[in-house]
Amino acid sequence: MNLETIKAQLKAWLEPENLEKLRPKLGYQTGVLAGFALAAALLLGMADLATRGVIQLRLEEDLKAKLEEVIPAEIHDNDLLFDTVTLPSAEANLGAAETIVYLAKKQGDVNAVCFKFVAPDGYAGAISLVMGIDKNGEILGVRVISHTETPGLGDKIEISKSKWILSFNGKSLDNVSFEQWAVKKDNGIFDQFSGATITPRKVVLAIRRGLEFYKANQATLLATGEKL
Amino acid sequence: MNLSIFFSPEYKRIARDGLWDNNVVLTQNLALCPLLAVTGTATNGLGMGLATIAVMVASNGIVSLNRHLIPSEIRIPIFVLLIAALVTLVDICLNAWMHELHKVLGLFIPLIVTNCAILGRVESFASKQEPLPSLWDGFMMGVGFTLVMVILGAMREISSTGTLFANASVLLGESFRFMELTVIDDYKGFLLTALPPGGFIMLGFLVAMKRLFDQKAEKKS
Repeated sequence: MNLETIKAQLKAWLEPENLEKLRPKLGYQTGVLAGFALAAALLLGMADLATRGVIQLRLEEDLKAKLEEVIPAEIHDNDLLFDTVTLPSAEANLGAAETIVYLAKKQGDVNAVCFKFVAPDGYAGAISLVMGIDKNGEILGVRVISHTETPGLGDKIEISKSKWILSFNGKSLDNVSFEQWAVKKDNGIFDQFSGATITPRKVVLAIRRGLEFYKANQATLLATGEKL
Repeated sequence: MNLSIFFSPEYKRIARDGLWDNNVVLTQNLALCPLLAVTGTATNGLGMGLATIAVMVASNGIVSLNRHLIPSEIRIPIFVLLIAALVTLVDICLNAWMHELHKVLGLFIPLIVTNCAILGRVESFASKQEPLPSLWDGFMMGVGFTLVMVILGAMREISSTGTLFANASVLLGESFRFMELTVIDDYKGFLLTALPPGGFIMLGFLVAMKRLFDQKAEKKS
């Protein structure tokens, strides 16, 4: 059997009249459904192969851009993404059982650290944050990565909507007492927004937990930088 | 190919159906889930509309080409499978090559699957028609949907934040920054229209306006 006859047979089989006779048959229906499922799976599999590397790269760029917002470029000379320590954080209430800490080193010494954490109890769900802390425990910067707070009220935690999140810069557990780590309504030092108290309150508390997490692991983290 | 067929009565009918007479949102009242979720700003509405056009044209085309192959007893699972695969394809391609846009729309792309209008067009049009009219129908229905998305998005954006096409440069590229307007300076904001209930209210106005136009046109003739 050569190619020409196969082509001719396929063409005859694909004629609408022939297919009309086949369509009510159970075996044919099963075959068609399986055929479409297979074609869809192949298509998606190939698309996944073609895009996986690119997507991975894009996500790394995103993360890097976020980290660079809270870690000034001049205090480190290493690649933050690949200089990390993973610490258990189940008890620190940071939203994950393990937290990846990115180390900012200059000439081998740890100058600052940076990690992602979550305020699990925002007004409308979890608020995902990233924070940079210098080696003495002072905040270099905090940014909100994602949240689902009310647009127009709770979203003032975003840097693009309000400068509120910058009020944490330079604060630490040493220069602000434990009780003062709260919004003004709770006798703390941080502003709340008009119309939204829960969102800033939870963010302040989550940042305090983040600082406590750093303090608890400070020795371990700084030790990773000592020159061999 | 002769382009004049697009001006034949049959194709004009399809275009008119998609844009006005049988508009997905205003007449069929379909696709309200993605509609209300993304029309907080005109830009988001436009982006979602464009993605929907792509899926609608592709699904209509594929189904029409295979219409003799697909038995009517199992057509729905096959249609759903095709649409889901196409949406996933759009999702990962956007994520890889238009990453900035994906960050804005990413959450809503899977919502296209829930857009029953796509299944509706495939079922009621593409499975019975030649490929070319089917592609045209998918395109026109998609354009009709996109227009409503942009209009509703613009109404909500202006009334909630006082801007128009904010972040359009993220969606369309830097050269479209001129589209980003501040319509009302120093606007304090009106929260209701930014939230889904406000979207419903605005949609009600739009549908009512369309009915009013139709009634007037009917009286004239």
